Amino acid sequence: MQSRFLTYLFRRVLQAVPLLLLVVVITFLLVHAAPGDPVDVLSGQMETAPEYREQLRREFGLDRPLYVQLGRYVAKVTSLDLGYSLRYRVDVFDLIMSRLPATLLLMGTSLVLSSAIGILLGAFAARHPYSAADNAATLVALAGYSMPVFWLGQLLLLLFALNLGWFPTQGMASLRAPAEGWGRAFDIAHHLALPALTYSVYNLTLIFRLTRARMQETLAEDYITTARAKGVSEGAVVFRHALRNALLPVVTVIGLTFGFMLAGSVLTETVFAWPGLGRLMYEAIMARDYPILMGLFIFISSLVIVANVITDVIYALIDPRVVYK
Amino acid sequence: MQELLRVEDLTTHIFTPAGVVRAVEGVSLRIRPSEAVALVGESGCGKSMTALSLMRLVRPPVRILGGRVWFKGRDLLALSEAEMRMVRGGEIAMVFQDPMTFLNPVFRVGDQVAEAICIHQGLGRRAAEAGALEALRHVKIPAPEAVVHYYPHQLSGGMRQRVLIAMAVACRPALLIADEPTTALDVTIQAQIMALLSDIRRELGSALLLISHDLGLVAEYCDRVYVMYAGEIVEEADVFGLFKGPQHPYTAALLKSSLNIDHRVAAFEAIEGQPPNLIAPPPGCRFHPRCPRAFEPCSRSAPPVVTLEGGRVARCWLHEDGR
Ligand SMILES: Nc1ncnc2c1ncn2[C@@H]1O[C@H](COP(=O)(O)OP(=O)(O)O)[C@@H](O)[C@H]1O
Ligand code: SF4
Ligand SMILES: [Mg+2]
Repeated sequence: MQSRFLTYLFRRVLQAVPLLLLVVVITFLLVHAAPGDPVDVLSGQMETAPEYREQLRREFGLDRPLYVQLGRYVAKVTSLDLGYSLRYRVDVFDLIMSRLPATLLLMGTSLVLSSAIGILLGAFAARHPYSAADNAATLVALAGYSMPVFWLGQLLLLLFALNLGWFPTQGMASLRAPAEGWGRAFDIAHHLALPALTYSVYNLTLIFRLTRARMQETLAEDYITTARAKGVSEGAVVFRHALRNALLPVVTVIGLTFGFMLAGSVLTETVFAWPGLGRLMYEAIMARDYPILMGLFIFISSLVIVANVITDVIYALIDPRVVYK
Repeated sequence: MQELLRVEDLTTHIFTPAGVVRAVEGVSLRIRPSEAVALVGESGCGKSMTALSLMRLVRPPVRILGGRVWFKGRDLLALSEAEMRMVRGGEIAMVFQDPMTFLNPVFRVGDQVAEAICIHQGLGRRAAEAGALEALRHVKIPAPEAVVHYYPHQLSGGMRQRVLIAMAVACRPALLIADEPTTALDVTIQAQIMALLSDIRRELGSALLLISHDLGLVAEYCDRVYVMYAGEIVEEADVFGLFKGPQHPYTAALLKSSLNIDHRVAAFEAIEGQPPNLIAPPPGCRFHPRCPRAFEPCSRSAPPVVTLEGGRVARCWLHEDGR
């Protein structure tokens, strides 16, 4: 069993490689499909010094046949060279890595929060279907589900940060805050609250609705009757026997929403000036900084692919029926 | 007569958007300690609902509307939910029809058996696991030390049914309810499973309520029979009496349809006519539209429940004068 699982894990990781390559190839093709000289795209379309243009031409082999160029590009990207941003005067990969922790913190917090709360509420609502509390929760969830993220973010910002002053309006840390220890952690958490909430609403409602629907179906399964027939208490029926089965598709959806969350990060991080990848993407779009945009495209696509592999592996761990092939 | 279980006037309806399904309508039955009793009738007549109701396992939109379920001197319908939980799986256990869907797919079978032992014998995890192993051995599962670690999908239908039986008998219930325990299985293993079930319950001294439409099994394994039609018990008799001379026309029809080509009793085939709609059952005798012997009172008023010679009971106008 153990070794079969490891083989499965290895296979799943291997299967991700062609996908990652495809992402790089698409990026390459986009550069070349753009009108005009690829150097304009690669350099960030700024007024660049002729020497730098010459250097790019040599580096990417732009005078060589297309397949050689592709080969070089793939080689560069696989050695984590995502190009150079003239605007920031830094290596794109380094820039992305410096912005990654902020996004991971924000995404991680809201993913954990929205999953935990969404699953608990969903399980509760399924136990008392069509009760007043369930109907209210369903209505609120529908509202949250259909609310535009940036609008919600600005609403929260207006109310809790500007009017009530309970939370800071932007950024990830205050200038006057302690540089380390609990003081710093608290300061970051304080800044994190509103963007994390904004970020969570969509996922929370999605996970709530899905869990509730799946729980209702699962509670009608025959093996739930078996559990009750052997004297299992109602709480254990719901949280031990039903929840684990009901969560199987929920896990898949949480994995898939990862990609949507990254897309949503542009909006949330821009509203709250959160110094993460989404904010970086916004800045790069505004500045037409193509090296950064291409780097982000490759990096975020890779994150999504990796997230999907992780999701599959978790699914295989919790569903014994998955055949490892 | 000393009784283990006495069901009086049990009534369970299902409140569907299409109307109220009168699935169980005033059912009464008795089971003595260690006795094997059969409940037979066509599919959809309310057998499973009767069993689930007396275990109080029905959920909305199904509701128990009335009746008493006396078990060891207590009315189960009046117990608190916590008290009832101790009865379920402890004093009354149930084996279900389809071993494919009645085991939880994400738990190891050993753990599923151990859970029942944990609940009713107050044992710790280790002891319960040992008990589960013992229970699997009891139901003659080969290599039980390995099988405790299996998931349901790794077992054949027959093996899964053995697991369900192990789960049910692990706590030595006084009453075992088996709802068509072999219907979903391969013909070749039906006999094995039924023999196993019967052996174990004899050994434990448990009473058995066997729900079945296989009159061959009923004849072989049961002492008494209740025949159910459209939510009502229409005949009650000991097995010999029933097969020798059915007193209700429906029982006669069932017997006739269950004689197979070599004139042995087996599962009954479809009998003539449609089973009634339980939302709007026929007036008078519910069987009258299909009854070959129906006469004028049958469609007008409900037939009397008549106690006949030897304590047999039939619900039919033919016995109005008590014969
Ligand atoms: N959940 C349900 N909703 C509506 N009708 C149901 C439901 N469950 C059972 N019934 C109906 O109740 C009647 C009795 O069902 P059941 O007790 O399962 O019959 P059986 O004798 O085959 O075990 C049937 O007519 C069936 O159609
Ligand atoms: S009461 Fe009438 S219809 Fe009903 S079984 Fe008897 S004879 Fe047939
Ligand atoms: Mg049934």
